Amino acid sequence: MTAVRSVAAGMNGQIKMLSIKNLHASVGDREILRGVNLEVPTGQVHAIMGPNGSGKSTLSYVLAGRDGYDITDGSIVFGGEEIVETPAEERAAKGIFLAFQYPLEIPGVATMTFLKAAMNAQRKARGEAELTTPDFMRRVKVAAEKLNVTQEMLRRPLNVGFSGGEKKRNEILQMALLEPKLAILDETDSGLDIDALKTVSDGVNALRAPNRSMLVITHYQRLLDHIVPDVVHVMAAGRIVRSGGPELALELEANGYADYVGAAAA
Amino acid sequence: MNAEPRILNTPAEVTLAEAFSASRGHLPGDAAVAAARAVAFDAFQKKGLPHRRTEAWRYTDLRVLLRSVPPAPPAAPASIASAALLPGLDRARLVIVDGAYRPELSDLSGLDGVEVTSLATLLDQGDERVGALAGRLDDAMVALNTAMMTGGVAIRVPAGLDVTRAVEIAHVTSGAYSVFARNLISVGAGASLRVVESFTGPDAAASVANIVTEAVIGDRAKVTWAKLQAEGNAAVHLSTTAVSIGGESQFDHLTLMTGASISRSQSFVTYGGEFARAGLFGATMIGGKQHADIMLGVDHAVPNGASRELFKAVMDGKADGIFQGRIVVRPGAQKVDGKMMTQGLLLSEDASFSVKPELEIFADDVQCAHGATSGEIDEDMLFYLLSRGLPRAEAETLLVTAFLAEAIEGLGDEAIGEAFEQVARDWLADRKTLS
Amino acid sequence: MPAVQETVDQVRRIDVDQYKYGFVTDIESDRAPKGLSEDIVRYISAKKNEPEWMLEWRLEAYRRWLTMTEPTWARVHYPKIDFDDLYYYSAPKSTKGPKSLDEVDPELLATYEKLGIPLREREILAGVEGASDRRVAVDAVFDSVSVVTTFKEELKKAGVIFCAISEAIREYPDLVRKYLGSVVPTSDNFYATLNSAVFSDGSFVYVPEGVRCPMELSTYFRINERNTGQFERTLIIAEKGAYVSYLEGCTAPMRDENQLHAAVVELVALDDAEIKYSTVQNWYPGDKDGKGGIYNFVTKRGDCRGARSKISWTQVETGSAITWKYPSCILRGDESQGEFYSIAVSNGYQQVDSGTKMIHLGKNTRSRIISKGIAAGRSDNTYRGLVSAHRKASGARNFTNCDSLLIGDQCGAHTVPYIESKNASAVFEHEATTSKIADDQLFYCLQRGLTSEEAVALIVNGFVKDVIQQLPMEFAVEAQKLISISLEGSVG
Ligand SMILES: Nc1ncnc2c1ncn2[C@@H]1O[C@H](COP(=O)(O)OP(=O)(O)O)[C@@H](O)[C@H]1O
Ligand SMILES: [Mg+2]
Repeated sequence: MTAVRSVAAGMNGQIKMLSIKNLHASVGDREILRGVNLEVPTGQVHAIMGPNGSGKSTLSYVLAGRDGYDITDGSIVFGGEEIVETPAEERAAKGIFLAFQYPLEIPGVATMTFLKAAMNAQRKARGEAELTTPDFMRRVKVAAEKLNVTQEMLRRPLNVGFSGGEKKRNEILQMALLEPKLAILDETDSGLDIDALKTVSDGVNALRAPNRSMLVITHYQRLLDHIVPDVVHVMAAGRIVRSGGPELALELEANGYADYVGAAAA
Repeated sequence: MNAEPRILNTPAEVTLAEAFSASRGHLPGDAAVAAARAVAFDAFQKKGLPHRRTEAWRYTDLRVLLRSVPPAPPAAPASIASAALLPGLDRARLVIVDGAYRPELSDLSGLDGVEVTSLATLLDQGDERVGALAGRLDDAMVALNTAMMTGGVAIRVPAGLDVTRAVEIAHVTSGAYSVFARNLISVGAGASLRVVESFTGPDAAASVANIVTEAVIGDRAKVTWAKLQAEGNAAVHLSTTAVSIGGESQFDHLTLMTGASISRSQSFVTYGGEFARAGLFGATMIGGKQHADIMLGVDHAVPNGASRELFKAVMDGKADGIFQGRIVVRPGAQKVDGKMMTQGLLLSEDASFSVKPELEIFADDVQCAHGATSGEIDEDMLFYLLSRGLPRAEAETLLVTAFLAEAIEGLGDEAIGEAFEQVARDWLADRKTLS
Repeated sequence: MPAVQETVDQVRRIDVDQYKYGFVTDIESDRAPKGLSEDIVRYISAKKNEPEWMLEWRLEAYRRWLTMTEPTWARVHYPKIDFDDLYYYSAPKSTKGPKSLDEVDPELLATYEKLGIPLREREILAGVEGASDRRVAVDAVFDSVSVVTTFKEELKKAGVIFCAISEAIREYPDLVRKYLGSVVPTSDNFYATLNSAVFSDGSFVYVPEGVRCPMELSTYFRINERNTGQFERTLIIAEKGAYVSYLEGCTAPMRDENQLHAAVVELVALDDAEIKYSTVQNWYPGDKDGKGGIYNFVTKRGDCRGARSKISWTQVETGSAITWKYPSCILRGDESQGEFYSIAVSNGYQQVDSGTKMIHLGKNTRSRIISKGIAAGRSDNTYRGLVSAHRKASGARNFTNCDSLLIGDQCGAHTVPYIESKNASAVFEHEATTSKIADDQLFYCLQRGLTSEEAVALIVNGFVKDVIQQLPMEFAVEAQKLISISLEGSVG
């Protein structure tokens, strides 16, 4: 533990949950991330905002370990460990959770079956005992109620025929059950009406904890009214171009991204 | 094209001709049956074994694939080990060993009121049900079966009887023999029946089974029928099911193909009355050098029929998976609703999948559609599962199981579905240990 | 329901004699004796002043053809063709091959004018509505010979060769020898082999490296003579980075007997080249009782030989008594693309068996098939297609959509796709539907005040829109009109 702490502790002594240095990633010969630097201390919520196409989703996929990206330079240190080479499922077991901008539909796999498989796989990877069925059912019931996820939804195949809002609630339900150390929420607010936004935000806020960090990716400021971040970063053309407090989000809301689009292109 | 009679020239064809002349004298049946056998063998000889140019068999060229034909089985086959197939599924069992019905090995409990007869007996007495449907099929292997059939079982469910216990027709091959069996099923008006057909045999035995089943389903009857082809790994399996479904009846059929070296399963469903519904499903799971071909013909001869077809195939190793499906809507058969979907999943570089889904439509007021896809495991779905922490092998298994389950569950019979899904899970578990 | 019934009744009454291109041009012609033999092949070759190698090529094909039998797998039925009862060569006497426009028989010019095909270059400029600066070069083929090719000089300046194939054999023998038969071998199939032996004329296009052909090229085929087979041969080569768009149109007079048309079209696209080939096929379909009409037995194939090359077939098939035609793409080059967009309309007693083959050989090759079949009257309309991925075709993609529409209850619509994948990473998707015009769609239109004919026309137009959009503008308008005429009785 001490060795890990010495790597993870930043200059100011804070413990870093996530530390990204000079991260470059491309698809084919197209470079999408062009030197991302980002540090998220344990327990903090950071927001990443930026124009469409700036690379926010790509960053979230690269953090979660999706195949198909060439990491040409840089490092991702999570909980003190370099994870660039770690496969996606091991990253998940270590505690990285990604709420997808477009949650996948998986026909034939009941949501319930899937939740159990995922929870037990992660427990197994961490050397923990599998959940008993009653224990599992209880946990799901508690979490699902909070998020207005009905039993009927849980019996249906994963995300198949779910509305946009239902899919997003299902993502947060998974987050609640998997209890990650780092949750990455990619445009979780998109496609939600105001009531659904509140449900989802309440769900997320309930999961804020001193030992958990979050990276909230959004295009709009309105989500940040509900999930108030510690730090706001602006991403443009594959880089973090500015960081600041929650007030930065308001400034962006007022002025738009035009400055950053121009600046990045220059 | 080939109007002139063909000369038999593959070794397999020669052996079959010899086998027919050697056995025709003592095959079961009265004079009429003997005459029908001669006519059928003549028809077979004219066609020869189906080959590449036989459109319905284009992907299963028996002139190439069927190198030789094994001998007929011994008269009294040795006692056979009862296969531990489909554990947990409660069912009566009618056991057919090497093409002969064996009452002493069968379990008929729960079949009160159902008439079960040995086919050999029916042939000796003469029975109009034999060949009533198969006789209409223009298929060389069906003709060969008509010429050579030795036995099998006939089941008759009287009108209105609801048979709740499933009935298994268990075809067991005891070794490397040629087997020709024929079964008959008649389900009276308003009756219901759940059938499980199983095909098993020992590994490494180069058996050739040619089995034909004819089924007449009465008006308003309900039949659920699941077929499990789990033959030994050197077997050749050729089976044909010809079904006619009555008005307002409901017929659900599932074919699961996992055994044999070379297999071809044909089902032909004809609508005999209006407002009948058929659900036809298939799940193929093969690997190594297996070749499995499913052929389906749906004949909407009358108006107002509905059919749903969903066929899934998973190919590993160097396996060849094939599906040919044909929906025909005859002139005047208005208001037919037919939908057919075929999906192939290739788990290995060297596997292949061929599909020919056909629509042949002669009535305008219809809704017919088919779809087909072929590909490997969806990368995005896989990543989604990995990102939730599932190990790759488990994630793949989950996706493949789900892929197949959709077809298996289509049958709509929970107990049979569960037993068949277990077969799929076992196959996937074996596959993992192999690779 | 009444609206539908009305439509159906109108279709029943349909008179295919609506065919407006059915007139005969009275012109004296030069014909080979009836029948087929080595001597006839030599006669055709001699008429065209062909070099010895070409004659040998033809004779070899002829000898091969004698050993072949007619294919029977298509869903078409017709009495056996007596190949000895046909003329294999016929040319207007006044024309000895293409020459300048001033020398062309005025009777011929009048014929093309009547068909709406302007051959005078100046008129072309003025003629096309809404596209005044768009020009189309035309190669006009009358029975067995090319009578004139327009805009040749201007094309030559750009380096593009556009001429009759008979001329190309004499003028550009190296190019012809290199490519002729390299896509459709002389032994390919019964009709292609016959064509190889007796082909009379057709177009030749060569677009050199990096050249974007400055205008649309087109060939207009006209069968005039009685009992004459038309066997044209087209060869289009697009060198590296070249682009060409080519249009083909066809008509024939109304005659009681059936006439044979057995063409071969070969396309070769090298690296980064693109060929767009559009056809509006409007051969005489026969009369309302199914008498007469063209047998259209055609082999069209494109070879995407180079990396990133692209071949796109678009066809509007409204004519012919029988159509047997599968414009195909061999996707040999890595990342090459093939497309097939088709509208096939059948009415009366017409029989259509058409579709495509997309053969994926190279890596990351893509293909797309959109086929719309409309069957009316007592016709039969079949889509037949093959999509295959070979072992090495990793990353291949295909999307196929074939929809059939039935108008009336005496016709048939059939879909026969073959899908064969030998590569796990190949992703194929196929979907097909068959239906009639929905009562509620019709009702919706009627409720908005359309007549039932207008409603059907509207809905049919919507049904074929995806394909019409692929046609060059001049053709799109023409095609839409043709579809309406073909469905006369059900469409306004
Ligand atoms: N797999 C890919 N292949 C090629 N380009 C991609 C791929 N994924 C993303 N891009 C491109 O990278 C840029 C960033 O995309 P993305 O990360 O989705 O942006 P954001 O989420 O900020 O809108 C976009 O221009 C997008 O088109
Ligand atoms: Mg995004």
